[in-house]
Amino acid sequence: MALDTDTVRRIARLARIYIPEEDLEPLAGELSNIIGWVEQLAEVDTDGVEPMTSVVEITPEQREDVVNDGGYRDRVLANAPDTADGFFTVPKVIE
Amino acid sequence: MTATTTDTAPDHLSGHVTTRIGHNQKDLVEGATGPWEVIIGLEVHAQVTSEAKLFSGASTAFGAAPNSQVSLVDAGMPGMLPVINGECVRQAVRTGLGLGAQINLRSVFDRKNFFYPDMPQGYQISQFTQPIVGEGRITVDLPDGESFEVGIERLHLEQDAGKSIHDQHPQKTYIDLNRSGVALMEIVSRPDLRSAEEAAAYLSKLRSILRYLGTCDGDMSQGSMRADVNVSVRRPGEELGTRCEIKNVNSLRFVRQAIDYEARRQIDILEDGGEIDQETRLFDANRGETRSMRSKEEAHDYRYFPDPDLLPVVLEQSLVDALKVGLPELPDAKKARFIDAYELSAYDAGVLVAERETAEYFEAVVDPEGAKRDPKLAANWVTAELFGRLNAADLDIAGSPVAAAQLGGLIDLIADNTISGRIAKDVFAAMFDSGKDAGDIVAEKGLKQITDSGAIEALIDQLIADNPQQAEQYRGGNTKVAGWFTGQAMKATQGQANPQMVNQILKDKLGG
Repeated sequence: MALDTDTVRRIARLARIYIPEEDLEPLAGELSNIIGWVEQLAEVDTDGVEPMTSVVEITPEQREDVVNDGGYRDRVLANAPDTADGFFTVPKVIE
Repeated sequence: MTATTTDTAPDHLSGHVTTRIGHNQKDLVEGATGPWEVIIGLEVHAQVTSEAKLFSGASTAFGAAPNSQVSLVDAGMPGMLPVINGECVRQAVRTGLGLGAQINLRSVFDRKNFFYPDMPQGYQISQFTQPIVGEGRITVDLPDGESFEVGIERLHLEQDAGKSIHDQHPQKTYIDLNRSGVALMEIVSRPDLRSAEEAAAYLSKLRSILRYLGTCDGDMSQGSMRADVNVSVRRPGEELGTRCEIKNVNSLRFVRQAIDYEARRQIDILEDGGEIDQETRLFDANRGETRSMRSKEEAHDYRYFPDPDLLPVVLEQSLVDALKVGLPELPDAKKARFIDAYELSAYDAGVLVAERETAEYFEAVVDPEGAKRDPKLAANWVTAELFGRLNAADLDIAGSPVAAAQLGGLIDLIADNTISGRIAKDVFAAMFDSGKDAGDIVAEKGLKQITDSGAIEALIDQLIADNPQQAEQYRGGNTKVAGWFTGQAMKATQGQANPQMVNQILKDKLGG
């Protein structure tokens, strides 16, 4: 499958990755190659095969409904570029 | 075909297939060019009642200091892994059972990818193609006593986002992640609703069922229940029109307003020869109107894929069966029982069962062990006098100053003729204000009914002697004057004379 530049621009925008206009064309080529390589998997006949969700047969662990985490605001905010009064702050986003 | 996956839900997930046939003439909206039918479907986000969040051990309690209930999982820190809260799964199953819905023994969590500042992971963990609960159905009652069925498309579990606060700073938005990761149930109805009133009634009924089940507290003012409202219009009987989705409407009143505004807006566009753009809109409560959320235009490519951090949820049928056995009596069953066992009208029964607490209060009044009281009388006291005073005082039934046993005591005093129904209202007012028992108030204020026939006879003799003209009128055939005499007798005794005895004695004396 081949990706065109419009698709790459759209994917980049959705992922919030800045890509200069002149890089779109080469990137489309590289991505198309990667997808083409992975697409070889489609040659395997998987009719009637359930999707594998884990390499080992395990029942997923479930958490008890008890409060045993949180309560460390300063740790949560530690890496934030900007905070105020215990809040994260970001440039104004409002409809 | 692009590398990005599905833009919108496949047809069977879109919630846009109505199961309702026909229409009510009264629900049609008259346009300049003829009648229109309004088609409404609701996606309700109901916060799951749980102590901890869906995938972390942080608290869900409302109103805590900002970011004080956030784990590193909820903050989207790299390398943190979600572990599902088993109680949230059980709550979703209970809700599904309460909605008479299919429970899917295997369900899958997917990532819904989009960016918003209050969603630190960059994706919401939700369920897309394999939700935990499938199709169900609920019966909705309208105020006029009519009822209709609404199809439930699905119910799935997902994470809530954090909260953005825009009014703290001129250039900044403040973010609190306390709500981030709290479990939500998204309950999607079929587009089976045909008017703002029906939508409000559906939401009320759903809220009532969730509150009975104890799976969501239904508190819309705290954001525990929010609705996305899908509205389209069509000519009666024709194909469904293009719909608009109004996001995050958080009260019954706003749901009604948003639907009425949006239906009118769409009708005006269509009648002017225009077309409806399928889009997401916002309800502006201050202006009572909906408007386009343009920034969301490109955000609809969610690129769902199964969350590799989470294995599918696999349920044992035995767990589902056990949860089913543990369900409480739900509003429909309770209403039927109230009509049957207590011989109440459908209307009274409906009012009493709408809230579980009211139904329990009523049953404590009418049928405590060994003292079965008149259900109709009890229903009247609860729905008229008690509700009236609770509303005026802005209290709910849990905060009632008059306990069920105390109201029962008052009804006993009426039943054994200690006080009249009229005096009982005064006694009730005093009970409500003081919290005292009816018997104490009757004794304190000397309100006991006069049932001494000698005293009443003497009083009436006096009244007849003092008012010969009225007595003459009665004897001349104007029996209506008896009512005037009764009024005088009640006035003279401050309402304490037994009205039946007064009437009987009057009749005997005047007639003789």
